[in-house]
Amino acid sequence: MKTINTSAITQTIKEMCIEANHFLTPDMNQALKTAADSEKSPLGKQILNQLQENLAIAGEDMIPICQDTGMAVIFMEIGQDVHFEGGSLEEAVNEGVRQGYTEGFLRKSVVKDPLIRENTKDNTPAIIHYEITTGEHVKITVAPKGFGSENMSRIFMLKPADGIEGVKSAILTAVKDAGPNACPPMVVGVGIGGTFEKCALMAKKALTRPVNEHSNIPYIKEMEQELLDKINHTGIGPGGLGGTTTALAVNINTYPTHIAGLPVAVNICCHVNRHAVKTL
Amino acid sequence: MDKHIKAPISNETALSLSAGDYVYITGTIYTARDAAHLRLSEALDKNEALPISLENNIIYYMGPSPARAGRPIGSAGPTTASRMDKYTPRLLDLGLKGMIGKGKRNEAVIDAIVRNGAVYFAAIGGAGALLSKSIIASEVVAYDDLGTEAIRKLEVENFPVIVVVDAKGNNLYETAVKEIIA
Repeated sequence: MKTINTSAITQTIKEMCIEANHFLTPDMNQALKTAADSEKSPLGKQILNQLQENLAIAGEDMIPICQDTGMAVIFMEIGQDVHFEGGSLEEAVNEGVRQGYTEGFLRKSVVKDPLIRENTKDNTPAIIHYEITTGEHVKITVAPKGFGSENMSRIFMLKPADGIEGVKSAILTAVKDAGPNACPPMVVGVGIGGTFEKCALMAKKALTRPVNEHSNIPYIKEMEQELLDKINHTGIGPGGLGGTTTALAVNINTYPTHIAGLPVAVNICCHVNRHAVKTL
Repeated sequence: MDKHIKAPISNETALSLSAGDYVYITGTIYTARDAAHLRLSEALDKNEALPISLENNIIYYMGPSPARAGRPIGSAGPTTASRMDKYTPRLLDLGLKGMIGKGKRNEAVIDAIVRNGAVYFAAIGGAGALLSKSIIASEVVAYDDLGTEAIRKLEVENFPVIVVVDAKGNNLYETAVKEIIA
């Protein structure tokens, strides 16, 4: 058994919030570079080059990549042999977000009540997803999520008879409807199967998979490649101003589902697909 | 075509811009997003004076991240414009001449742009660090309690935008995509 003090969780999450908002992961950086080289539209290419410049400035001057530094989505994968001491884990996570967003000059974008809409002024609470795994490690993923793209995300409760063509059509519909609003080039996270909430969570988690990795299920891998190709032929392009780069990746996760259902969730992320990962 | 314009923007300048023009703005613009638009709308409902003049001005749909010491502003890219659609035609009818945001506008906004000889620009979404370099001064002028959503007066220098909807109603989001898939 391993004992972890929750103060270490706070410190780690604070650092990860700051890191994720200023630096993309190597796979995202590479995908954006490749896109700038291959984009056919001159304006699209210019925009992709400006995104490169933006990333360089963000890292050098410590200015967040995007002013929407997101709602802090945090995946906590906790080994069942881990014991926490030092107080509430939930409070430790939120304290990390509070410190990261305050000390890191990140924008506070959270309102306390969805209808009364008063800003909490420290970007808490975070959206925390706990998962119990085996072993004695804690894997933390901090994925700040901007709402330009979050607002364009969709859930479709399809029928089994809709089949794979229905699923592909739903994903393409979501992407086309999102268009320029979602700050393309996008990353498209998809969850297929499970229940209403399970497919949404799978779609969110799919966004944290490296954009250069595919599903290990052969037919899903094929679907990811086919959809990416189709999305990049919609013409939407960088910034929605026309081009051949509309998405950088389609990442699909699946799960068993009910005999009567075929849930599909499409979680769209902009080109600032942020996440930091650390294991304690 | 690359153009350099001054803000506030004159009626003639607004009419001279065409969808697809790459424009560099220098001068004074104002920020306002969801919460500030709601307050402006409520003030108009109550026949109260607005905290800023709309006449020939440009509103930038933007809520910045906090500025580090010695800098005028933090990250400062555009937010999605369609959330302001509900309030926009009324502001255009009162003299607002330009808007900077990202994403599609509805028919009512496009009609009001044409009716008033105005213009809708897009700035590059998700390029807030880069765009912040074209902002040389920032000052909260209204609704300070809204934090990032307060109305700010910005001094900008060669702030880069693209004309998406011009005063004739041409819409780059539609034409550019058609051109690529043609």
